[in-house]
Amino acid sequence: MAPPYDSDRVKRAKQFIEAIPYSRALGMQVEEIGDGRAVISMPYSEQLVGDPRTGVLHGGVVSALMDTCGGGAVVCHPRSGGPTATIDLRIDYMRPARPGERLTAEAICYHVTRSVAFVRATAWDADKDRPVAAVTGAFTFEMSNSEEGGQ
Amino acid sequence: MTDPSKRRGRPEPMQVVKGRRDRALRALVDGVPWIAFLGIRFERHGDELTAVMPYQEKLIGNPMLPALHGGATAGFLETAAIIELSWSTLWEDVESGAIDLNDPAVLEGLKFPKTIDFTVDYLRTGLPRDAYARARVTRSGRRYASVHVEAWQDNRARPFAQATGHFLMPST
Repeated sequence: MAPPYDSDRVKRAKQFIEAIPYSRALGMQVEEIGDGRAVISMPYSEQLVGDPRTGVLHGGVVSALMDTCGGGAVVCHPRSGGPTATIDLRIDYMRPARPGERLTAEAICYHVTRSVAFVRATAWDADKDRPVAAVTGAFTFEMSNSEEGGQ
Repeated sequence: MTDPSKRRGRPEPMQVVKGRRDRALRALVDGVPWIAFLGIRFERHGDELTAVMPYQEKLIGNPMLPALHGGATAGFLETAAIIELSWSTLWEDVESGAIDLNDPAVLEGLKFPKTIDFTVDYLRTGLPRDAYARARVTRSGRRYASVHVEAWQDNRARPFAQATGHFLMPST
């Protein structure tokens, strides 16, 4: 049996993600995490603008949020027993994020094997009904000892 | 003013050519906050660009290893791809003198290609040191373009990440 996802573990996961230097540099904040799902948000910042003529955030900002959120969803999967790294990430940009608005991403780790975790994620600005971007990704996965047979 | 078309037969002085190209590149890159945030600069040899992302502590994604954040790597690759695509699109007009990127009005009207999708393969751990990237426009059409980009650190033959992206070209 997977250990229940207690609030201590959630708190630790949140602290861990928010302490990552690159996540901190972008001001990421973990909103929800647990059971193979993570929601992370970050503020708009003029420093992160990709085209000064429009004020729209660079795509790389959205990628960073999605990648972090995807990794978060993997490590909080009930069968996860270790850290993760991105194997590949495909991002579709559906529309530019509106300047000045907070970005939020939700990632779901929808399948795991012994060594790979599969993730889907979407991101939005103030308008949750119209996603800014969608991601599919594969991450490395380490099963917890209890899952592997209590070694 | 230098008008290359009026200098038929006699090559322009090297400094004039280099100056024009370097100013064009700076016009493209300077003033993009994101490029400054990641600390990316571009080295130019003729028309070939190499993007350089010097190591900074804030680029770390795994402090235990330590390793660069996948998001920093993705942002670096996408930046290298967009600048290469813009640069290669503008190159002929910059060379002929048809457009002057130092003219504020021209710069104001300049539009970057928009990323449609971008797929990154993480091949190796990004180490806490400088990273380099070179992009190649594999298909350049009136509306759509495809770009492949590779990033490496110590060893050019051992890339740590590669990416392919599709872009929507600005309408002119």
